[in-house]
Amino acid sequence: MTLPPQLAELVEEFSDVGPKDRLQLLLELSQELPELPERYADAADTMEQVHECQSPLFLAVEVEPEGDRAVHLFFSAPREAPTTRGFASIMHTGLDGEPAAEVLAVPDDFYTALGLAQAVSPLRLRGMVAMLARIKNQVRSATAA
Amino acid sequence: MALPNDTDPKLAEYAHPERLVTTEWLAQNLGADGLVVVESDEDVLLYDTGHIPGAVKVDWHTELNDPVTRDYVDGQGFAELCGERGISRDTTVVFYGDRNNWWATYALWVFSLFGHPDVRILDGGRAKWVAEGREMTTDQTKPSPVEYPVVERDDATIRAFKDDVLAHLGRVGRGGALVDVRSPGEYSGELLHMPDYPQEGAVRGGHIPGAASVPWARAAAEDATFKPRSDLEAIYQQEQGLSADDDVVAYCRIGERSSHTWFVLTHLLGFGRVRNYDGSWTEWGNSVRVPIAQGSERGSA
Repeated sequence: MTLPPQLAELVEEFSDVGPKDRLQLLLELSQELPELPERYADAADTMEQVHECQSPLFLAVEVEPEGDRAVHLFFSAPREAPTTRGFASIMHTGLDGEPAAEVLAVPDDFYTALGLAQAVSPLRLRGMVAMLARIKNQVRSATAA
Repeated sequence: MALPNDTDPKLAEYAHPERLVTTEWLAQNLGADGLVVVESDEDVLLYDTGHIPGAVKVDWHTELNDPVTRDYVDGQGFAELCGERGISRDTTVVFYGDRNNWWATYALWVFSLFGHPDVRILDGGRAKWVAEGREMTTDQTKPSPVEYPVVERDDATIRAFKDDVLAHLGRVGRGGALVDVRSPGEYSGELLHMPDYPQEGAVRGGHIPGAASVPWARAAAEDATFKPRSDLEAIYQQEQGLSADDDVVAYCRIGERSSHTWFVLTHLLGFGRVRNYDGSWTEWGNSVRVPIAQGSERGSA
């Protein structure tokens, strides 16, 4: 499985520790999710909602018009939803700034390597699967245009 | 040694006021002997971002459910879960959580499967406690372990299985009732296939024939507390025609939102026989040859 370097590093950090520490890592990541830039602050309606998440999560994807079409990700999720924020933060840390082709090449089941199923439960992980699918869809339509 | 009941006048209207406490009561009683406060959230990390001082966490996915079989923990597992958290059989347990107390009522329901005597809900849950600016902490709670007896789970009284629901179908409207507490879109069957994102939950959409559609949130007020008894009676009894003597089965998608309604019917309105079908739509909507109704009408089997 070839992952973008930051994402590969995250996967390694998660798989190196036990279930309890994985939750701690996810909690720390949830606190590191960047704030929305101002241009999205009042424009929640231009963002896509990830309905599969158990808590409201909004997502925006920007793809640079030139070069290797680097992808930029923006997320909005409430403070009361740290798990969802943690998943978003994994996406942000792992994929933000990566070329479109790299993002599209991330295996849809990469999350299994994080070993979160036991700590978080498989049902909750569905939100992360959906997040990646929606990111890829947006990248695909942006690069097809 | 149970703690005194909350004598708040709003609670006093309910059929079983001893099953609820107000935020004020809890603030006054925090730290009392014989009281354990349990936070049960949808979000597995929320407790760790800050919780009511002294509260312990119970996670429904990873702790109340059996990790392998789709079922709840057994008597041994439950005894360990309680013992580790300093809960003994005579402890007063107050549950609170996120999302209008869905998971708090779910945890209370699971505790009730084991017949834990004194279980209560914090009216308004985590949201109200936080909104009132009451104390929260990230200090780790370190309960002293206690002995909890191994009690066999009672799956007959407040829990329904698929076969129970099948047998129940013919009784709907004749002393029996079914309550679907999901959103109107899930009830009608429209909400199943979102473009490009096949919903993994069920292969068929719709509801169990004869089920009344009463989304769980109708029982909740803006501040996440339960609506006053008269409002609840207007919804469940006057509007939906349910009666406190009915044999009621409530369901949703996996049994969590229906725990909220189970709590409302059982403890707030005093219905005598209410079962939560925890298999819910993720079982029914995937089962071969069970009857399903689509659209906004109840239908019949």
